[in-house]
Amino acid sequence: MDKVMRMSSEKGVVIFTKSSCCLCYTVQILFRDLRVQPTIHEIDNDPDCREIEKALLRIGCSTAVPAVFVGGKLVGSTNEVMSLHLSGSLVPLIKPYQSLLYQAN
Amino acid sequence: MNSTSTHFVPPSRVGIYEPLHQFGMWGETFKSNIGNGGSVNTPNHILIPNIQKLDNNNLSEDTSHGTPHMFDQEASTSRHPDKIQRRLAQNREAARKSRLRKKAYVQQLETSRLKLIQLEQELDRARQQGFYVGNGIDTSSLGLSETMNPGIAAFEMKYGHWIEEQNRQICELRTVLHGHVTDVELRSLVENTMKHYFELFRMKSAAAKADVFFVMSGMWRTSAERFFLWIGGFRPSDLLKVLLPHFDVMTDQQVLDVCNLRQSCQQAEDALYQGMEKLQHTLAECVARGGLGEGNYIPQVNSAMERLEALVSFVNQADHLRHETLQQMHRILTTRQAARGLLALGEYFQRLRALSSSWATRHREPT
Repeated sequence: MDKVMRMSSEKGVVIFTKSSCCLCYTVQILFRDLRVQPTIHEIDNDPDCREIEKALLRIGCSTAVPAVFVGGKLVGSTNEVMSLHLSGSLVPLIKPYQSLLYQAN
Repeated sequence: MNSTSTHFVPPSRVGIYEPLHQFGMWGETFKSNIGNGGSVNTPNHILIPNIQKLDNNNLSEDTSHGTPHMFDQEASTSRHPDKIQRRLAQNREAARKSRLRKKAYVQQLETSRLKLIQLEQELDRARQQGFYVGNGIDTSSLGLSETMNPGIAAFEMKYGHWIEEQNRQICELRTVLHGHVTDVELRSLVENTMKHYFELFRMKSAAAKADVFFVMSGMWRTSAERFFLWIGGFRPSDLLKVLLPHFDVMTDQQVLDVCNLRQSCQQAEDALYQGMEKLQHTLAECVARGGLGEGNYIPQVNSAMERLEALVSFVNQADHLRHETLQQMHRILTTRQAARGLLALGEYFQRLRALSSSWATRHREPT
């Protein structure tokens, strides 16, 4: 889907979320703790919400939201992000986008 | 004349009234002894019918003697001394038999009580050794609903078997680490122990679908384990704290890797926990909404139910963190180190379960 392609290929870390999804919030907190400011697309307010969900699932995301893209490439949903982080592979991936000035609380 | 009254045993000393109140069996003894079939339903009537039946005429004459005793025997003695004597002897005999029966019954109670204490001790011993003996049963808050849920009932049964297998594996690890074993054998033992933990996470996932609150509350675990509960299980970073002291020699790379794992584990935990708190917060908001005076009507009950469903995914994610932490430790450590680590972890939980037992029995009377 063009819209998804366009949004996901934006620079840095892009996360598709829903306002009611608390696991999405979890993923956002994690990136904030890693000193990254991701671009958030809350799709439940988008008129094409259903289409976007289907597209995300088609691309290969285990659950439609949260869907995490880094540098235009799909990383995955909560499971994939957590696995990557515990294996130590997430930080190298997001290193270019880590802010030195932005301090997490 | 008055001699017979000394043989008469006052009802209070016989003590037959009280037992008759409680134990119907003694009533039977008296029924047979009182040949005239006097009522034995109320103790007060026991002896009176005996006397009245025999000496109805005499009773009216007795009042003139001035003795207030309702079982006034003096007048009757003069008329039918033998019958009275016989009746008194029968009463004494009945009282004696009653005393013996009571003694036997009390002894029975005492033995049963001792047996019960013995059984409870056995149960505690079994729990200490880690055998699952229905921890959910003795918690009053469970109620019938949990045991009626087939998914939960199945889980509890499987968990019992899981604990038994866990204990067996811990024993094996202990034996194997003390003796000489090939790396290949050790590796397969470590793999099996890991797989066993992963099996538990699968079981929990199924149980969470059946009843997420059951899994979240940790009702299937012992009390001390429940104290340390973090989203339906142990805290992944605690796992590292338990394992680390047992690794005496570690390479620099290992130290670095463990340090990084510890940090990322902590960050993942914090993020997940904050997500949980947000879920609680939004659920509370949802329940708090609604007009004043509308009782238990939930305006957006569907939305509230959806949030409860979301809890299942949190439980699954927590188990996913546990899974990944174990997996990473396995990757960082050597086989022997992993074996020691898994033994330490297993024994840690065994000790928690033993602590729960000790706590539960701390107020028991010594037998």
